[in-house]
Amino acid sequence: MSLALQTFSSVKDANAALQAAGTRYLGGGTLVVRAANEGDVSVSSLVRVTDPGLSRIAVSGGKVRLGAAVTMAAIARHPELAALAPAARAVGGPAIRNMATVGGNLFAPAPYGDFAVALLALGATVVTEDSEMPIEAFFAARDGSRAIVTGANVALPGTDCFRFLKVSRVKPKGVSVLSIAALLQRAPDGTVTSTRIAMGCMADRPIRALATEKALLGCKLTPREIAPALAVAGEGIAPITDPIASAWYRAEVLPVYLGRLLSN
Amino acid sequence: MAKVPVQFTLNGSEKAEFVESGTTLLHALRDKIGDTSPKGGCHQGTCGACSVIVDGELRLSCLTLAETCSDADIRTTAGLAEGGVLQPLQRAFLDAFATQCGFCTPGMIMAAKVLLDRTPNPSREDVVEALSGNICRCTGYEPIIQAVLTAARANSQNAA
Repeated sequence: MSLALQTFSSVKDANAALQAAGTRYLGGGTLVVRAANEGDVSVSSLVRVTDPGLSRIAVSGGKVRLGAAVTMAAIARHPELAALAPAARAVGGPAIRNMATVGGNLFAPAPYGDFAVALLALGATVVTEDSEMPIEAFFAARDGSRAIVTGANVALPGTDCFRFLKVSRVKPKGVSVLSIAALLQRAPDGTVTSTRIAMGCMADRPIRALATEKALLGCKLTPREIAPALAVAGEGIAPITDPIASAWYRAEVLPVYLGRLLSN
Repeated sequence: MAKVPVQFTLNGSEKAEFVESGTTLLHALRDKIGDTSPKGGCHQGTCGACSVIVDGELRLSCLTLAETCSDADIRTTAGLAEGGVLQPLQRAFLDAFATQCGFCTPGMIMAAKVLLDRTPNPSREDVVEALSGNICRCTGYEPIIQAVLTAARANSQNAA
């Protein structure tokens, strides 16, 4: 199948070209070229942008701006992004990590998009040429979005505040059964004062574990105290079924892995 | 579909070709240029058989469009041997019986080469991680891991 690739030096020009029917944005290629190889006839034309600014990582004042074309490998090896590295390393093998981008991860359907789960837990904002929106709003409108994502802004979590877990059946790397990211702020006595927990594979895109977050407030992260939070982990989920696992299986093991992540 | 020019360095030699827009690097290498060392396995980014090195980084040629590789330095397994003499990494694969059907071998060797170029003395865990994007259905992986570790030792001894 033939694909017409259009290359632009600016996001503005590429945004205009992207409005044509059948046109998709080419980032690292791990989603859209894969789709074309698989015979997805809805993809007839590709647009890409060569602006080097899209590949930039800018760390300042405890925050990081990740360009949409920043790869998982670039995040994993960046000395100031140690907190994000486990989530970046969870994506694919070395070749995939050299190609897969932050922007692509935001659009990846479950079971892919493990890094986007981390971004959701961290409360990132998603940036386009003329807007910046909370990541929840981006996910809600993702299917109808035709604007090129130029980056994501993230507040870097403090030491021991952020936890990430990807569960896969193939070791050391495989497609997600599920992934969980948890941002946990705690008082000196260990009591949870605020939290954001995001889950992958529990819907067609990353979602928050809102009931669990609420139940964790005021708890210490002991097996006994987190039990009520784990009991409500399944509220609002609609896990995917794929060759890796059924929706039933994913729902069954979610509280087990969530418990391990929280109590470790 | 209009054809577009692509030009890059392949294993040290300048290559120029016209391809249809949207042609993958794998297709360009195998069917246009004639380097059949990268293999087309899954075409989904899952098996790693098409792995090549682009500007020093391991990439999947089945998911890389040839047009995006203009002026790139591309390395494939076909360019490793010099004057018909296998490199230690290739020799180690033969000696360790790390290649059976051989389909995954070029991708495995490319992934291992990137590892050894950057980490001359890797741990077993380093090797497993480096090969984690490459699937082998024959060997059970252990001979491949041992081959890479053997090649690393051989390189270290040669460097000493």
